[in-house]
Order: sequence, then C-alpha cells, then structure tokens
Amino acid sequence: MSNKLKKRIKRTTVGAMVFAAGMLYILLSHDVDNNTELILFLGAYLIMGEDIIRTAAKNIGHGQLFDENFLMSVATIGAFFVGSYPEAAAVMLFYQIGECFQSYAVNKSRKSISDLMDIRPDHANVIRDGIPVQVSPEEVKIGEIIQVKPGEKVPLDAVITKGSTSLNTMALTGESIPLDIQEGGQIISGCVNLTGVIEAQVQREFGESTVSKILNLMETSSSKKANVENFITRFSRYYTPIVVFAALFLAVIPSILTGKPDVWIYRALSFLVISCPCAFVVSVPLTFFGGIGAAGREGILVKGGNYLEALAHAEIVVMDKTGTLTQGVFSVTKIKLASQDLSSDMTSEKLLELAAYAESQSSHPISLSILKAFHQEIDSSRISDIHELAGFGVSALLDGKEVLAGNDKLIREKQIADHGMLERCGKEESGTVVHIAIDGNYCGYLVISDTVRADSAAAVKELYQQQSVKKIVMLTGDGKAVAEHIAAELGIKDFYAGLLPEDKVNQVERLLQEKTKKGKLLFVGDGINDAPVLARADVGIAMGGIGSDAAIEAADVVIMDDQPSKISRAIDIAKKTVMIAGENTAFAIAVKLVVLCLAAVGIATMWAAIFADVGVTFLAVLNAMRALHLQKKKIPV
Amino acid sequence: MKKKYILEDLDCANCAAKIEREVAKIEGVISSKVTFMTQAMELEVEEEKAGEIEKAAIKLISKLEPDVTVIKK
Repeated sequence: MSNKLKKRIKRTTVGAMVFAAGMLYILLSHDVDNNTELILFLGAYLIMGEDIIRTAAKNIGHGQLFDENFLMSVATIGAFFVGSYPEAAAVMLFYQIGECFQSYAVNKSRKSISDLMDIRPDHANVIRDGIPVQVSPEEVKIGEIIQVKPGEKVPLDAVITKGSTSLNTMALTGESIPLDIQEGGQIISGCVNLTGVIEAQVQREFGESTVSKILNLMETSSSKKANVENFITRFSRYYTPIVVFAALFLAVIPSILTGKPDVWIYRALSFLVISCPCAFVVSVPLTFFGGIGAAGREGILVKGGNYLEALAHAEIVVMDKTGTLTQGVFSVTKIKLASQDLSSDMTSEKLLELAAYAESQSSHPISLSILKAFHQEIDSSRISDIHELAGFGVSALLDGKEVLAGNDKLIREKQIADHGMLERCGKEESGTVVHIAIDGNYCGYLVISDTVRADSAAAVKELYQQQSVKKIVMLTGDGKAVAEHIAAELGIKDFYAGLLPEDKVNQVERLLQEKTKKGKLLFVGDGINDAPVLARADVGIAMGGIGSDAAIEAADVVIMDDQPSKISRAIDIAKKTVMIAGENTAFAIAVKLVVLCLAAVGIATMWAAIFADVGVTFLAVLNAMRALHLQKKKIPV
Repeated sequence: MKKKYILEDLDCANCAAKIEREVAKIEGVISSKVTFMTQAMELEVEEEKAGEIEKAAIKLISKLEPDVTVIKK
C-alpha cells in the first residue's frame, strides 16, 4: 500500500468518526442546534476533503472545470450553503472511501500481474577462465558458458553442455509438470532450474532471449485498448460536461420560474455528485487487465484488450495442421524404391542420401527429419545449385546430376515417368511423401509422418462446443490423403489440403468474406511460414510458443505450451472478461441515468446520488476484480 | 520516434484519458497513448523536437495531475 493511500485512509477514518458523532447528535438530540451540527459536519468534511478542495482550487487556476475534484467541491460546498450539512459531509466521506477502494483494487491488480511476470533473472553465473563469475545477464555474450544451479532462474536461452536437470516452466507456460532435460537440450530463459547443476552455452543475448521478449510483450500488452474501453473514454468525455450543464440549467431556470431556489439548487447539486465518470472509466480497463492476467497465468499471452474482445466473438477458427494440431516433429517412417530389381544400383540408403543432400539447406521440419534419418555429415562440396520451389520441393545438383525431391506435383510438373507409383502411393500412404528423381528418372519415395498432439481432438471438440464458433477449418500444404486422415481423427469437418503458402492467405481471405459482420476469424499457426496469414486474420494465434521468435512477434495471442486446447480456454476467458466489462458499463450508465432522472424530479435525494456515484464504483470494481480470478478449469486429456 | 515513460502514482483512470488527450495537443506530438493499468505513456514525436516536447509534456502533466511523477524509460 502506498504512503499516499495510507494517509488518505487515516484521514478518512478520523473524518468518518467525526461524521458519526454528527449523525448521532442529530439522531439522538431532541433539540438540534444548527451551529453545533454545522461545526461537527464541517469539521468532518474538512478533515476528509481538505486535499480535494485544495486540488480543485489549484485546477480552477488551470481552467479545468470538469475535473472531479472541482465537481465534488462545488457539490459539497453548495450542500453546506443550502443547509444539507450531513449530505455534504457524507458525499465527501463516501467519495473518499470510493477513491481508497479504487486505489487499493488497482494496486492489487497491478501487483498480481507483476508477480505473475516475476520471471526476470537478476544474475547469470558465467564461466570465465574456468571460474563461475556472477554478472548481470545483459553482460553475457553468445557462445559463453553459463552455470545454472538448482533454484536459480535460467538467465539466457542456451543449450546444455554438461549435466541434466528438470526445469519448472510454470511462469512461462502455466504447465505445472517439470520438464526433464538432458545434455544437448535447449533451456529457455525465465524457467527455474529445479534439480541439477548444469552448464550451458548461450545462444542468444539477453535482449533477444525469450524472457526479455515476454517481459516486453507483457509491458505493452494492455496498450491496445478494447472497443468498450475506447467507447467509455469517449462517453465520459461528453457525459461530465452534459451533466454539469444540466445541473446549471436546473439550478437557474426552474428556480426563477417556481421561485423555490433551495429545492432546485439541491437537485442540481445531486447532479454534480453523479457527474463523476469514475465508476465506468476505471472498471473497464481493470476488467481487461484482469482478463489478460488470468490468461497469462495459464500460459496464454494476449497482446491487448482488443484481441480479448475479438476472441470473445470467435466465429471461424482456421487451424494450420503442421505444428499446431500435430507436433510438427517428423520422422521418416518408410522408404519405397521404384524398382524392386535387386541388381539396380538404387538402394534405400542411396535414396535417403539423395533426399538428404537435396534437402540439406532447408530448415523445413520435413527436411530436418530426412537429415536426421540420414545421420551422416553432409559434404557440401558435392552439392550445388540448390533451388527451393515453394509448394513443390527442391532441385539441386549432386555430383553433377540433377536431383529432384518433392511432392507429386513436382514430378508431374517435370513430366517424369513414374510407372504409376504416384497414384498408388497417393492411395496407400497417409504421411507426407517426398518423391525423388535423378536426371529425369524416378527413383522412389520416402514417407514422413507427424504425430497428432495429445489434446488436439479434445481441443477441436471444445471449440465446436463454443456457442459463437460456427466453423473450424484445417489448412495444410500436405496432400489430401494425409489431411483427410488427420481431419477424421480429430473430427474436423472442413479442411483444405495441398495448399501453397499463398493459397492459405487466399483461403483465409475467402473465409473472412463468409463470416458475419460481428464475428471474428481466428487463425492458429505455429508462426513458421504463416506470418502473412497470422497478420491477415482478425486474431492470429501462434502455437509453438517458447523460443520461437517468429511466433511471439507475428501473433496477437501466443500459446506458450503448445496445447491447442488453450484456444478454447482463451475464448472462455475472453467471453467472461467481455461480459464483465459489458455488465459494468451497462450497470453504471443505467444507475446513473436513472438516478439523474429521479433527482431532476425530486424523488432521489443526495443520498441516492452518493450511491449512484460511489456505490456503483464499488460494485463495478468488485465485479472487475472477478476477471483476475477467473478459475482455472481442469482440462481432461 | 517513440518515447516511453512511466507515470508513477497515476491512480485515476479518467486522469489517464485526460493526460493522453492533452499531451497529444502539444506541437510535434504525432500520437500519445497512456495505459492506466500499467502506468505507461508512449509518445510518438517528431525527432528534432523531442527534447522540447518532453519538457512540455512533463510540465503539462504536473499541471493536470500534480501527484503524478514522470519517469523516463
């Protein structure tokens, strides 16, 4: 709690006691003395409201007439003049209580988010001349060896060179099960080392490390404001002046017409009490901040309130297959030769070698799996003229011969005689197929398969159960057979296969036309090769979270632990958050308008006005705090 | 160019909106954004006037909200 807030609470408490004495006096005394009453309430008022009046006086000098300090001062001083002493002091008392409560709630919410983001490592043990030296993480260079002891945070992204351990990735991913990791494994900054002492070689400087990226992201996360928030700011800009002018009108015109200025000034003062826009202005950002925090706690990074709002209206969910619904970890599961003739010089090993050389320059997961299966050093002097043919494959010169490695489209395009293998293979194989040809002769193919993520099926089911979601579409560059197989396994009704990267953009463009005006299109990808689609969709969600720069930068929402079921969870949180913000806005505006009307005709007293102002703030803030504590739902796997 | 600041003790949401609006009116400020919850202010300013703008913004904020301290980031 800040000192300022403490002082405020102390003063308000003392003032409240004097106020209580005043109330007791007028309730119990049979013969109320006007002066005693005035002294008690004025005393209470000055103890509590001295700072408000002073700020108001200062602000008049600056020409700020619609400042809430000024409005409160005018309302209360006016109340003293028309003889409503208890009301005057009560307005100040409750206004101060409301302010204290608001500060407390805001601070608490800020703190809970900063605790959540307490992942900044404060030091790194870098090994220099054989001795570990403690330095700040910023000073460590790429390639240096760092030592991480149990209980310490991993300071930089690195690869383990010695030892093994388990890491707690909770702060980054929301995942509570520790991650076991051995020599050669990647460690991500911000995780906490649990068991063993490890040494690791630094891969990225601190500024480029995951932890910096995430911190940076969290700091700017609430700067993109939701529409409701912008609406409320605009609304309050007009609300206050309108109410103040209405008050002025009410104090002057009917007083002249009816000749009862006391009555009308009292009503006008009630207007001023209600004119403060605090309740809704604070509750909406507080709600969204809470919602972003609740999502963050579960490993879902949302880059702004506007995206939370869009998620709540998710109508079409487009998902990339590889790396999103599947793990994106491929392995060569089959090698098939075109010629079964044993005297042919083509063998499985030779075929794999051709494929490995042709794909040796590519970082595509398929290529990596082939290189992994080949498991030998690539002699780069043997290979030249490598050309990636996007959506088809690669061509390269190996020992002077032209090698083609790619899908069936490539073989057809180059008009290579395949002896009917393409057609047969298309029917039989369900993985990704890489066909190989050398100098125009078809040699055979490799089958590479990917594993579906454990919770993909559950994720799809949950998404279909979301009321707003009307359609789930899977996009993939793979062949139709693979796509059909996976779509059936996961229960996805719509899918498009064999897409080139630009086809994915076109599909998303087309689907954007299909949705209703209010509905939003979500695209879920792994951030590799789909940055344009992530940008084009209303909400780009990146999987393949930690460590993937492309994902963190291109997407609007990042799912840190790669679980597709978090998409539905994000939508749940978004819906609750938007609902709470909507409730608060509607409730605050409705109560204020009703009390304004009632005050104008004289039914509502200044006491009701106090409720309309402070009571509404109080309830709205309490409601907003619910967003921060949205309960974690267990996800059945 | 973009400049980032922390507005310490910014504890009223309406004031945040007010600061955002008023600071945007300073000559040379292209856009301003004040985020109430994170107490962050981000200004996009014309590079050659950056120094003057910063001074003007700090002065303006102390006038609007005397309790707020502007911290450079």
